[in-house]
Amino acid sequence: MRGDQDLSEIRSIIARHKAWDLIFMIVGVFVLMIALLTFMALFAHMLIDGSPRLTWDFFTSFPSRRPGSAGILSAWIGTTLVMVVTAVAAVPLGIGAGIYLEEYAAKNIITEIIEINVTNLAGIPSIIYGLLALGLFVHQFGFGQSILSAGLALALLILPVVIVATRESIRAIPVAIREGAYALGATKWQTVSDHLLPYSAAGILTGVIIGLARAIGETAPIITIGALTFIAFLPPAPFKDEFPFLSFEWLMAPFTVMPIQMFNWVSRPEEAFQVNAAAAGLILVVMTLTMNALAIYLRYRMRKNIKW
Amino acid sequence: MVVAAALIDPQGDSVPVRYKSEVKNLSFYYGSFSALKNINMPLHEKQVTALIGPSGCGKSTFLRCFNRMHDLYPGNRYVGEIVLHPDNVDILSRAVDPIEVRMRISMVFQKPNPFPKSIYENVAYGLRVRGIRQRAILDEKVEEALRDAALWDEAKDRLNELAFNLSGGQQQRLCIARALATDPEILLFDEPTSALDPIATASIEELITDLKDKVTILIVTHNMQQAARVSDYTAYMYLGELIEFDVTDNIFIKPKNKQTEDYITGRFG
Repeated sequence: MRGDQDLSEIRSIIARHKAWDLIFMIVGVFVLMIALLTFMALFAHMLIDGSPRLTWDFFTSFPSRRPGSAGILSAWIGTTLVMVVTAVAAVPLGIGAGIYLEEYAAKNIITEIIEINVTNLAGIPSIIYGLLALGLFVHQFGFGQSILSAGLALALLILPVVIVATRESIRAIPVAIREGAYALGATKWQTVSDHLLPYSAAGILTGVIIGLARAIGETAPIITIGALTFIAFLPPAPFKDEFPFLSFEWLMAPFTVMPIQMFNWVSRPEEAFQVNAAAAGLILVVMTLTMNALAIYLRYRMRKNIKW
Repeated sequence: MVVAAALIDPQGDSVPVRYKSEVKNLSFYYGSFSALKNINMPLHEKQVTALIGPSGCGKSTFLRCFNRMHDLYPGNRYVGEIVLHPDNVDILSRAVDPIEVRMRISMVFQKPNPFPKSIYENVAYGLRVRGIRQRAILDEKVEEALRDAALWDEAKDRLNELAFNLSGGQQQRLCIARALATDPEILLFDEPTSALDPIATASIEELITDLKDKVTILIVTHNMQQAARVSDYTAYMYLGELIEFDVTDNIFIKPKNKQTEDYITGRFG
């Protein structure tokens, strides 16, 4: 038992230490507010500027020389189609590479070099991917300045995100579950397909959506490939009346995407086009936030049954 | 088939006890670290053999040799043999596929590790791996395994519920059912009750005693009383070596080795 003197001393020490808790909390909230308020201010600014243009016509009109009748039809359809190509290319490639690196690859120096490179790929400026795509897809493979080229370029860009998300989700599965499957006589592939993939699906899906949310706003690689800034027609429809009902002509069509449409309007001298740009920016932000919200929701839904 | 010497028959009568498996000159290396050193001992058929010893003595490492679990990780090396009877095959041989070994020898882990699937699918998984698709056979085997694991009465109305909804003890019995569903020849237990409360522990111990009519059991335990309660034979290990192997009563009442005695009596460990 300590004397009264000691106890009061301890109390003053605790009070002093708690003061630091308070100080750090205030600093933390302040720093958080800087980040949050900056975004909120931008968003509010776009909302105020752009909201008069947010009509149904804005979504169903092609770009025009007259700002009042210009719309984002070709841009949002282009963005959607490019995202489809990106997802179709990046998801199987990224998940496959992630599974291979995590489960199959021998743990040696070559694997380690590959791993380091995959992580580094995520930090490469996106315009470099654009240059790669320009050389490889547009010219070498002859895909031209098409939706296909753009989708593949963005797929390369988000591939590291998907690979890392896949590996981390698989690694989060406890060793005991993996060993449990092997102990019952499962092969590597049975363990992967019956256990590791289903249990890591939520994390992988989140990674894919976060990757796509990043790709949707990318401008530099798309410009490098040569997306059009003014396009007043749509790519051929993916569905047909006669057999086989699907058409892939749209893959080779020229296109534009949301951020490029925005960039085009921002660079116009007329004041009215700035309003269009704000409206398009608003829609782009909403698209990104929606995708992130979807990722959070899906992760919550799919992880509900998994506890470890 | 090999017949063991009658003098280490725990029942004390003249019924010959058969060897299910014999460990011959087994050493095991994690890289260059020698984790097991020249172990020789038998596993008696349809008996419970316990592995005891202080932490790090290699008892879990030894257990995991029986289903070639070490093959999952690089840099591990077995030397010596574990011969499985009656077909006299060395399960450590490179010619033997570890998956084949795991299909004959099941394992129950330290912590309950049900898959995040339904109770039914957990038990059926080993059968599905073997390519069994017919619903009738699966239903029958799942029920049999759950009955053998003393879980049927509690689980029969909730077979499609997630396994995580079961209590810890029930989850461990589910893992035992999962291991039993494929009719293994040997059942390995790696400290199966270390994550359970005393009541769940008692029910698992009772189950182990009941199961030896069906299957040969090898159990690692850190709990000496548990070894004394459930096992017919006990092996005491220390620093990767097998110090003493005998009928459980002999180990606990009159150990031959001083080290064993010190450990049993709590003077060490």
